Amino acid sequence: MLTRRDFLQVAAATAAALPGGLARAADNGAVTQDDLLAFKPVGQVTLLNFCDIHAQLVPLYYREPAINLGVGAARGLPPHLTGKDFLTYFGLKAGTRAAYMFTCDDFTALARRYGRVGGVDRIATLVKAIRAERPGNTLLLDSGDTWQGSYTALKAGGEDMVGVMRHLGVDAMTGHWEFTYGNDRVKELASKLGFPFLASNVRDTEWDEEVFAHTAFFDRGGVKVAVIGQAFPYTPIANPRWMIPTWSFGIRESEMQQRVDAARAAGAQLVVMLSHNGFDTDRKMAQQVKGIDVILTGHTHDAIPAAIKVGSTLLVGAGSHGKFLARLDLDVRDGKVADYAFKLIPVLADVIAPDQDMAALVANIREPHKAELGRVLGRADSLLYRRDNLNGTFDDLICDALLQERDAEIALSPGFRWGATLLPGQAITLEDVYNQTAITYPAAYRNAMTGKTLKETLEGVADNLFNPDPYYQQGGDMVRVGGMSYTIAPDQPLGKRITDMRLTRTGKPIDPAKTYTVAGWASVTKGTEGPPIWDVVTQYVAGKSVVTVPERQRVKVVGI
Amino acid sequence: MSETEFRQPTLSRRHILLGTAAVGLMALPRWAAATPAEAEAVVAKLAGSAKPAASRIALQLPQIAENGNSVQFSVSVDSPMTETDYVKSIHIIADQNPYPEVATFYLSPANGKAEVTMRMRLAKTQNVRAIALMSDGSVHQAQQEVKVTIGGCGG
Repeated sequence: MLTRRDFLQVAAATAAALPGGLARAADNGAVTQDDLLAFKPVGQVTLLNFCDIHAQLVPLYYREPAINLGVGAARGLPPHLTGKDFLTYFGLKAGTRAAYMFTCDDFTALARRYGRVGGVDRIATLVKAIRAERPGNTLLLDSGDTWQGSYTALKAGGEDMVGVMRHLGVDAMTGHWEFTYGNDRVKELASKLGFPFLASNVRDTEWDEEVFAHTAFFDRGGVKVAVIGQAFPYTPIANPRWMIPTWSFGIRESEMQQRVDAARAAGAQLVVMLSHNGFDTDRKMAQQVKGIDVILTGHTHDAIPAAIKVGSTLLVGAGSHGKFLARLDLDVRDGKVADYAFKLIPVLADVIAPDQDMAALVANIREPHKAELGRVLGRADSLLYRRDNLNGTFDDLICDALLQERDAEIALSPGFRWGATLLPGQAITLEDVYNQTAITYPAAYRNAMTGKTLKETLEGVADNLFNPDPYYQQGGDMVRVGGMSYTIAPDQPLGKRITDMRLTRTGKPIDPAKTYTVAGWASVTKGTEGPPIWDVVTQYVAGKSVVTVPERQRVKVVGI
Repeated sequence: MSETEFRQPTLSRRHILLGTAAVGLMALPRWAAATPAEAEAVVAKLAGSAKPAASRIALQLPQIAENGNSVQFSVSVDSPMTETDYVKSIHIIADQNPYPEVATFYLSPANGKAEVTMRMRLAKTQNVRAIALMSDGSVHQAQQEVKVTIGGCGG
């Protein structure tokens, strides 16, 4: 549970978002930009952090998960808390602005009340205000997954986001989906950033040489700060290796220890790891590697209202999609953090005035694509979301599209954590479809697959998600299925988690020896053939005009 | 890239050949994986009457292989490498490869330090061990599971 000190900090953060504090938490009264920014500064260094923006330039809705299961030592700990459990743990109340930002209960009603979140022009306003308040003290750090996830970024090959991040004044970043633009493009864009792209754990496969800088040093408030980048360790496994054939990744824990020791030896008084490991992996790394003061975690999209202390390391989980800006103030004494204050600032789009320069830059990026972005394909009649460990209605929609448009018995859709949410009644535009599908390997394949292969696929992905040792996790959610159902026991070992696989059409068990027609997308295999997934979904939605996706129980969870 | 890239110790031609042999053997048509019991037997034969201790030896491996055909490992043994106290040999055992004995490195005090690096092929997800035989007859062992897995779906 939270210590009293942590609780007070969460309460303070919430109070800032809700004038009058927890006592009036059920109040839906007005909040101002100044309330969101309110923060009593501490110490010499202010770290600002975001992660997993996924190229979202304009405000959107993003529903946090209902199911986020923790296994092994992580069970019951943040971020593996949802709904009421989350609210109770952090001392928050249901039905409030904080509940809207951090949980999924009553999402539609709260979304209508509190409006959209994110938007880089709103983030720019917050960053400018904090920099003005703390000149010479502030570092803005991006934990990665910034260049990918939207129509505009896909068309620009990520370059639009480079311009935006330069304009925002980011001081350093690391990456993951960035790598899906390929070796050459990543190198080219990194050279245009004007700030370091840090990746301690990326090596050349031939000579084991460093591909990127690993550490950047900054002087803030008289404190020498070392920022060490850790890219997503499993990029060549979770994403196509053929796009980055000469780069090797991995967790490389002992090397991180060497980096930290070297940074200290070079005089760093504050060591920050800018990480795309994912929260559970970072928690383990904080336990294993000595001397890291702060880990700014990315990848698993966890929005955590307090800095989580692991030993003497503070872990920050700043959410995703531009929904939050994290502020961590640190008082550094004798190479140690003597005091700190933290707030995960909600980026409420209706409350924060857009920064005009950034708004103009965003308008420029979007202008050439205006007609396509705004093309209405149909209407959502139910809440369409993705983020959950096991299923999401937007994935169900994609699976339905694959089953119908590719004439398949079974559909598979990847367990990505990114993708904007649509409210019931909202128009589904081409932009919305790309927000769920904009990847550089989009072919919607149609394959023959045996029941045995299907089972092995589900088992393999389940072990990437539910392996009790976080160093063996890949941070994606479970692969989504259409046309079939199954039961999963997350606590079981590899090969024993998936049971009772059934073909929905017949209700019969999936036969290991039988061959099924399977459609899917995002295969990491080179040369995968098929139409791009956005065309498949676009065609399906346009044909339906009104899309209703009921909450289905395709996956049954047992033993947890 | 070469499958016989050794980094630290100076290598005699014999050692290079040994490394090549270990890697090359996997191309032979023996498809069945070794069993953990067979791997245990290999370890028992190496260790003799000594009981392998889980100390002084560090094995570095990826947790999940990016490419099962080329998995890099490094082994370092904490040893002064003097005439009276040195590492005689380091053995790599992949429990469920067709031939579990992946590589053997023979060392002497002339090596200065006991560190080796090489790449190996792993047929499937399995436990990999590094075993060091010391000049005083003691045996040290480190092990780790390496997943050779399907890709996709991360993030």
